[in-house]
Amino acid sequence: MDLSHMNAGVLVASLMVASVPILLAALGELVVEKSGVLNLGVEGMMIVGAVTGFIAAFHSGSAVLGFVGGAAGGAALSMIFALLTQFLMANQVATGLALTLFGQGLASLLGQSYVGQKPPLTGKLPFGPLADLPFVGPVLFGHDWVVYFSVLAVGAISWFLTRSRGGLVLRAVGENHDAAHSLGYKVRLVRVAAIGFGGAMAGLGGAYLSLVRVPQWTEGMTAGAGWIALAIVVFASWRPWRVLMGAWLFGGISVLQLNMQAAGSAIPVQYLSMSPYLITILVLVIMSSGRSRASLGAPASLGQNFHAAR
Amino acid sequence: MFRLEKRPTPSTFWIYATPFLAVALTMVAGGILFAILGKDPVAAIKLIFFDPLFSADYASYARPQLLVKAGPLILIAIGLSLGFRAGIWNIGAEGQYVIGALCGAAAGLAFFPTDSRWVFPLMVAAGALGGFLWAMIPAILRTKFNTNEILVSLLLVYVAKQLIASAALNFLRNPDGAGFPGSRNLAQIPAMANPELIPGTGLHWGGVAAILAVGVAYVMLQRHILGYQIKLAGQAPRAARFAGVNSDRLIVLCMGFSGALAGMAGFFEVSGPAGQITIDFGAGYGFTAIIVAFLGRLNPIGIFFAGLLMALTYIGGELAQLVLGLPAAAIQAFQGMLLFFLLAVDLLANYRIRFILPGAR
Amino acid sequence: MTLQVRAGEVLGIGGVAGNGQDELLLALSGEVRARPEAIQLGGKPVGAMGPNERRHAGLLTAPEERLGHAAAPDMSLTENAFLTGADRKRLTRNGFVDWRETQIFAEDIIKTFDVRTPGPGVAARALSGGNLQKFVIGREILQNPFVIVVNQPTWGVDAAAAAFIRQALLDRAAAGAAVLVISQDIDEILEIADKFAALNGGRLSEPVPTEGLTVDRIGLMLGGAQGHSGAEEVQHVPA
Repeated sequence: MDLSHMNAGVLVASLMVASVPILLAALGELVVEKSGVLNLGVEGMMIVGAVTGFIAAFHSGSAVLGFVGGAAGGAALSMIFALLTQFLMANQVATGLALTLFGQGLASLLGQSYVGQKPPLTGKLPFGPLADLPFVGPVLFGHDWVVYFSVLAVGAISWFLTRSRGGLVLRAVGENHDAAHSLGYKVRLVRVAAIGFGGAMAGLGGAYLSLVRVPQWTEGMTAGAGWIALAIVVFASWRPWRVLMGAWLFGGISVLQLNMQAAGSAIPVQYLSMSPYLITILVLVIMSSGRSRASLGAPASLGQNFHAAR
Repeated sequence: MFRLEKRPTPSTFWIYATPFLAVALTMVAGGILFAILGKDPVAAIKLIFFDPLFSADYASYARPQLLVKAGPLILIAIGLSLGFRAGIWNIGAEGQYVIGALCGAAAGLAFFPTDSRWVFPLMVAAGALGGFLWAMIPAILRTKFNTNEILVSLLLVYVAKQLIASAALNFLRNPDGAGFPGSRNLAQIPAMANPELIPGTGLHWGGVAAILAVGVAYVMLQRHILGYQIKLAGQAPRAARFAGVNSDRLIVLCMGFSGALAGMAGFFEVSGPAGQITIDFGAGYGFTAIIVAFLGRLNPIGIFFAGLLMALTYIGGELAQLVLGLPAAAIQAFQGMLLFFLLAVDLLANYRIRFILPGAR
Repeated sequence: MTLQVRAGEVLGIGGVAGNGQDELLLALSGEVRARPEAIQLGGKPVGAMGPNERRHAGLLTAPEERLGHAAAPDMSLTENAFLTGADRKRLTRNGFVDWRETQIFAEDIIKTFDVRTPGPGVAARALSGGNLQKFVIGREILQNPFVIVVNQPTWGVDAAAAAFIRQALLDRAAAGAAVLVISQDIDEILEIADKFAALNGGRLSEPVPTEGLTVDRIGLMLGGAQGHSGAEEVQHVPA
């Protein structure tokens, strides 16, 4: 096996790109869970975002509109979840699973006439000569706008949750919805908004897969990315900057195993392909070992439905 | 405006009526979906729900398929339902199913060629053991390290799929197969095949196992202390602790039981309808079984009928694909919709809806 | 903390809510385990046992929260009778539940403790607080415990039912059981207990006889003015 042709700068740059879909989806789910809602439908929202994003970009010829379409698709699907769990009091775990099953079917249905098509390109931002700097160039100045957007989103969400009044309300609702309700906060409204945001972010992540990473539409293309995003939220102890770390870690493993595949490693392809999932499990075990959910930073009302007595 | 009032006890009427209501609503919504796709909705619904059983043209082929498809769904859903009742979410049954098929086939092919009649029972046991052990991974990680069993069991599905692909390409590849990926065809090896037991019914050993599982689960839930503990742990976790229910033991039992049943289902599939280990073995039964479990209200008898109904949508879906050119994915979306409606109308069992005139209090 | 209850004796533990009452009950019920010798029943170490083994040994408890802890809300009274009665009332055969025997036990509780309900098939959630409390206390008392621990036995219960429950506890003590009453109702403790101890910040005062106990003294004890005992032993000594 020969990895010597790999340039460290290119490696870091490509792990940043590989981590974008999971980072976006995990950030969205982080906000959802901070509001006390567990939406296990990330995988479904991602794949719907991937296909709606692709369709929007394909017909408009604009990649940017594609991302808008992806976010809209994910958000629209998440509203089914919001309706069921927030207004019809359905079990969140079961509804999340249903969202994933339905989303996968819906996405295949929507995407069947787009298989094999090419989306409009999402170009790198022009940084001029900066992009040619050794190491720093590819790492800092060699990306498309979504990569920068995703990192900015980490900072923005971190600021929102810790510094803004809206974030305070959101966390109050997630910690104790009864107390938040008696303080006059609109528990349902906050949660529906959070669910919609989570859906849009998952949709964006999916669109990044179909518009940039692959870039085309194929069935089942998310391949568990949504589940890994859920795992990263736990890994990150519900903190945005740690989500970034988790996503990069995962991106790094994906890039490494893909490069090993390309370099003709002695390890069979299937074993390399399963490594990201195995490592995600390992990380989950290490993070949760010997700790209660509360000490990990999980919102206290996570997964519980709220029903105001009056 | 309307307001929800929690019922003191769930409505018995609605508990039994909601699955039917959900199916009816899904037919309506599915019809709309098919109409959007440019198909005649009435013809499509009739083709999915009616023709596989009663049409002179299709029934002779489609009817036996009902048990073929329902067998694995019921077998897996029975196992899942016990865990779901106890609040233990094994959603990686698809992985346990795949590993069961792999282990069962490998155990038999290790003795190839043979005509011993002990091989088949050995393969069943190996399939069950494979699924059981695969489910023990999330179970033990949960009990020892407090790791979320939903995520681990699900992530292991992707690992299992890679493992079976590797087996089809490498160590289980048919040596006489001219280099093509895929194992020997078990259905063509008499000692290892899982044939139709009564001609024209579609009943194979998987269906027998499914019916047995329904019976065992029913008796266990009604009469056995384990069934009582499962219900108690799901409904009132603190009362379960007070009653001395060992939650770790319950997690291992429920996960192990569902894993073993899923593994068995996988083996019956690979030795019968599927025939061989292939790169993409696994038709999503492990996920559809989640819908079956809920549609059957986590009740063994309910799951039996839900499994038949879901099998019908598979067969009818294939028929609609052939006759109307309805895309395969439409059926998957249709099944997902069914679960949505089921979860939505569940509200009627637990809440009373009060309509309030605007301005009135 | 150290405490001792003798057979035939009622020990009342008073204190303001949140001073360790729930923890004390969990430690005694077996939901939280301790060292084997930390809790002794007639000299036998039971501290490491779980709830079922302790029930088998004769130590029965009734927690404060009726719905969700002492009883499963959506289960029938028959099923709730099985919740703690399985072992002492011999309600299982080879791992299978004898529902007929269990229903007889449930009906016995309903009749003996005057639980107002249409029948044993009704869900626990459908009962009024007082009636469910009678059911929960009755379920334990009818199992003839050697030691019975109750937390807030008459909280939210109407006067007649409260008097009934107190009398049942006194009868149990008269029959030779050790009775431990954890309560925030000082009048209740003064009415039925032989000895009184105050729980304050998770620490227990030295028990004193209730006879001749003045309100001022109780106030001081509840405030933690009395000397605490340092060891962490809990003993039940049915003499």
